Amino acid sequence: MTARTGRLVADDIRVAFRPAQRNAAPAIALDGLSLDVGGGEIVALIGPNGCGKSTFLRVAAGLLRPERGRVTLDGVGVTAPDPRIGLVFQEPRLLPWRSVADNVTYPLELAGWSRERRAARLAELLPVVGLEAAAALRPVQLSGGMRQRAAIARALVLAPDVLLLDEPFSALDALTRERFNLDLLGLQERTGTSILIVTHSIPEAILVADRVVVMTPRPGRVAAEVRITAPRPRSLALLDEALTSRAAAEIRAHLELGEPVG
Amino acid sequence: MSADPGTIAVGGTPLALGRSLVGLWPIGAAFAAFVIVWKLVVVVSGLPEFILPAPEVVGARLVEAWADGTIAPHAWTTFVEVVLGFTLGAGFGLAVGYALARSVLIERFLSPYLVAAQAVPILALAPLLALWFGPGLLAKVVICGLIVFFPLTIATMVGIRSVDRGLLELGRSLRASRRQVLCTLEIPAALPAILGGLRVGVTLAVVGAIVGEWAGADRGLGVLVNLARGSLFDIPLLFATLATIALLGIACYVVVVLVERRLVGLR
Repeated sequence: MTARTGRLVADDIRVAFRPAQRNAAPAIALDGLSLDVGGGEIVALIGPNGCGKSTFLRVAAGLLRPERGRVTLDGVGVTAPDPRIGLVFQEPRLLPWRSVADNVTYPLELAGWSRERRAARLAELLPVVGLEAAAALRPVQLSGGMRQRAAIARALVLAPDVLLLDEPFSALDALTRERFNLDLLGLQERTGTSILIVTHSIPEAILVADRVVVMTPRPGRVAAEVRITAPRPRSLALLDEALTSRAAAEIRAHLELGEPVG
Repeated sequence: MSADPGTIAVGGTPLALGRSLVGLWPIGAAFAAFVIVWKLVVVVSGLPEFILPAPEVVGARLVEAWADGTIAPHAWTTFVEVVLGFTLGAGFGLAVGYALARSVLIERFLSPYLVAAQAVPILALAPLLALWFGPGLLAKVVICGLIVFFPLTIATMVGIRSVDRGLLELGRSLRASRRQVLCTLEIPAALPAILGGLRVGVTLAVVGAIVGEWAGADRGLGVLVNLARGSLFDIPLLFATLATIALLGIACYVVVVLVERRLVGLR
């Protein structure tokens, strides 16, 4: 493998929302946020509620145009939704009238892939997320975890260089969540995509990330970066190691907490 | 437990069909009860045949009138009016409903007129429309279309508006074109609401056709009702015609329900 692709750079992002009343000051969600996700790296973005984590993810995905600053992926500006970026929302957002298979291949259908190519890509991808047996089921027939797996498969189907996840496991129970975190690490090994994951859980951030980026309260910008030096592959035992409690303490110190997190 | 034949899970179609037919028994029971009560009222009240004929008299007249070709041409005329009027009204209703859902300007512009047109009874409009469009098929199709148009418009508007914003954002993140959003997100999501509107619309279509015929026509079930009550003074035929109208409505409704099962039954 030569120079790895999937380097996402956000530079000096500012986002302000127009206020509801005409004379009120605009609500500034992000101000001067700069962030760098290296090729093949997993970065966790953590911060108090309402600090603009999800807003930033929308900017990075090209869904929201910042007032100032720019996002580039491998040097090319991201100004609109981009096939090189896979996005996983907080909710699975599956189309309830489609089977799992048709949900996962939905982006291919929109991109005009033939039925044969879609089927081939599906056969390749379903084992990666462990949904081979569920291909013909409808979303209502799946557990919450399986739905989110399907959503992740859909985000991966166009083989993006970077995967953006917006608190993807927040609706899952703690045990499932830990397993999904490890699965996400495995997924990164197999696909080589860079991952930026938004979370409000400190253990989750430490378990999956090479680097944890801590955001300030609104207007959001980067307060600190904490490097997680534990080698991969990782296991749940990492959560009991001294390294974890040191990193957690450091992250906590940087979070200007208005309310308890994680 | 194993003695209950209704719960034995066998994949074979004959049994499945048998089960679904067995499931229809309340319809038969309700019909039987209706006929029995009707007969009782006739017997107890002793009303003459020209006020309330007995069910067996009406049944016999219905069979006879279909066999000798009294009803068939009228029924066919009404059926054609219903199908054309329903198609026209539903088509316009879908298009206008979509426009109303997606454009605030169009909604502000059109909705007062839509509501006003709906508030004027179709019965009052029918003579005017008959005057404009003549005594032929066109006037009935227009009246029928008008009566179907409103519920379809509202159902489509509500359905399209109900599409999950999250799914629309998903579509945007996947660079879906306007047409792709319409075909893969908006229409499937709005389908249950639209089909609900079609159910209401198809029964109203029959009403519209009959009203149109009353306002001036030489053939149709509405005409036959007038003939049977007036110059023919054949009250059993009047009842047989009413039964035919009801059956036409039920048949149209069942078609819509079957389409609905086919399209959204698997959700």
